[in-house]
Amino acid sequence: MTTTDLSTTGRAQRQRRRLGDVLFAAGAQGSGILILAILAGVAAFLILQSFDSLAANQANFLTSSEWDANTREEPSFGVAALAFGTVLAAAIALVLATPVAIGIALFIVFYAPRRIAAILGYLVDLLAAIPSVVYGLWGIGWLVVQLAPFYAWLETYFGWIPLFAGPVSTTGRTMLSAGIVLAVMILPIITAMTRDVFLQVPQSHREAALALGATRWEMIRMAVLPFGRPGIIGGAMLGLGRALGETMAVAMILSPSLVISWFLLQSGNQTIAAHIALQYPEATGYGVSALIAAGLVLFAITLAVNMVARFVVSRRKEFA
Amino acid sequence: MAKRIDVSGLHVYYGDFLAVEDVSMTIEPRSVTAFIGSSGCGKSTFLRTLNRMHEVTPGARVEGKVLLDDQDIYAPDVDPVEVRREVGMVFQRPNPFPTMSIYDNVIAGYKLNNRRLRKSEADEIVERSLRGANLWEEVKDRLDRPGASLSGGQQQRLCIARAIAVEPSVLLMDEPCSALDPISTLAIEDLISQLKENYTIVIVTHNMQQAARVSDVTAFFNLAGTGKPGKLIEIGETNKIFTKPEKKETENYITGRFG
Ligand SMILES: Nc1ncnc2c1ncn2[C@@H]1O[C@H](COP(=O)(O)OP(=O)(O)OP(=O)(O)O)[C@@H](O)[C@H]1O
Ligand SMILES: [Mg+2]
Repeated sequence: MTTTDLSTTGRAQRQRRRLGDVLFAAGAQGSGILILAILAGVAAFLILQSFDSLAANQANFLTSSEWDANTREEPSFGVAALAFGTVLAAAIALVLATPVAIGIALFIVFYAPRRIAAILGYLVDLLAAIPSVVYGLWGIGWLVVQLAPFYAWLETYFGWIPLFAGPVSTTGRTMLSAGIVLAVMILPIITAMTRDVFLQVPQSHREAALALGATRWEMIRMAVLPFGRPGIIGGAMLGLGRALGETMAVAMILSPSLVISWFLLQSGNQTIAAHIALQYPEATGYGVSALIAAGLVLFAITLAVNMVARFVVSRRKEFA
Repeated sequence: MAKRIDVSGLHVYYGDFLAVEDVSMTIEPRSVTAFIGSSGCGKSTFLRTLNRMHEVTPGARVEGKVLLDDQDIYAPDVDPVEVRREVGMVFQRPNPFPTMSIYDNVIAGYKLNNRRLRKSEADEIVERSLRGANLWEEVKDRLDRPGASLSGGQQQRLCIARAIAVEPSVLLMDEPCSALDPISTLAIEDLISQLKENYTIVIVTHNMQQAARVSDVTAFFNLAGTGKPGKLIEIGETNKIFTKPEKKETENYITGRFG
């Protein structure tokens, strides 16, 4: 009698677990589909809404830099300078932030005494929680002022490099300032990701390097950095995504102009996100639709960046 | 090339915890010395003090002396990095670098000392080390494949190749076969017998037959009791330890009787 009881409850439990599996699988699948649907929905919205102005556009949207869309007749606008500015600002931020983030993460994980490491880690997390408008205020109220003399110095000694050619903006509200503020903004997220992958490097790999007579730095180069590479790239791409889409800080710091300029120390350039934020309130005529078209380009750039990142991460998968 | 190890009055601590107490022994060059003893008696701990690997563990420290030939490896002016180049180590779990090819794994340690390495020179070292580890024939056609693509036994021999590529004088092995099948184990044991012509070898093992097969000298460690430090009970020629040990404790352990 007891045995039959046991076997039936056993079967009931098994069945219930199977039901749980089914529910979970369905839930996971549903969420996956939902994400795809949202993505497709956003893309469809952007395409539909921008179609109106793109059809009426007199200029080539992809190669033109002018922005004359707030009209009902013959708008002519293009996203070239905006796209360029967006990518440039994000690239500056990435180039500045990634090495620093790796350095901080290495210091926290491998060099700092445990107490200091904990405090530093906490500070980094805190930095990540600061709203971007505060970064913008800090950038325009303090950083830009500090940077102006530094820019003059850069121009004097490195002006022969086209990037740093004069005349230097006296206000400091330049592409480089925007890039620096963006770098500070994305630093915590890259640091946090990098620190996490460094912590995951198995003890056995580290000991393997040390047992060969590697110094601590050699051990890091041999065992830690190669192992952490996908994580570092992932973190950098997360940061890049944030830098590409960042609005407030850039809108506040950069004194905008719609030109394609490599001169980081002169005023000029603008990013898509900041442009949308600044123009939207006054948009009339085809204006809104044109801004949505710019948004579509930003969407495409972000998507492309993520796909490239995925490709890079997975390229040497069998070695991971 | 092979060097003698002279340990005297060595204590090993983890923080305040005394893990190994008062070990003295001499390990002859060109011989295989096996450490046996029950779990937790400090074999690994002691082994790792012979190339200062214990210093990787926070709080671990030693008192006493370890001489490599006549060099005190704990002298204040000695860099642990130099010690580890001289005294190589193979771990219980095969641990090839997962991001490196077989080739790069072998040459990794050698490159640390010799930045500018000609390709032909590197090829030669890789072949010599892989031959030395009895692995060359199996991998010579796929040196650019990841080290992790090999079987466990092959990976362990790859780790041995990596260790001997830097031409150490001593090779420490902590249960190098415990994660391997009997065939791979035999391959490694054969290798150990060959390697002892050129190196001083110390191996920790839980496999009594293995100790009897490969070693010239056996050292038996035991715990004085739970919570007490591990101690060296007896060290002597393997033959003697396994046939007529001097201590009752050793005999009990060898024959499988405890207490
Ligand atoms: N990292 C550590 N921190 C603190 N105590 C440790 C550490 N590693 C080992 N010990 C302690 O030191 C003692 C010896 O451990 P050890 O690993 O050397 O034993 P062992 O003889 O190698 O055992 P096994 O045969 O199971 O490998 C044990 O009491 C263990 O708990
Ligand atoms: Mg052990």
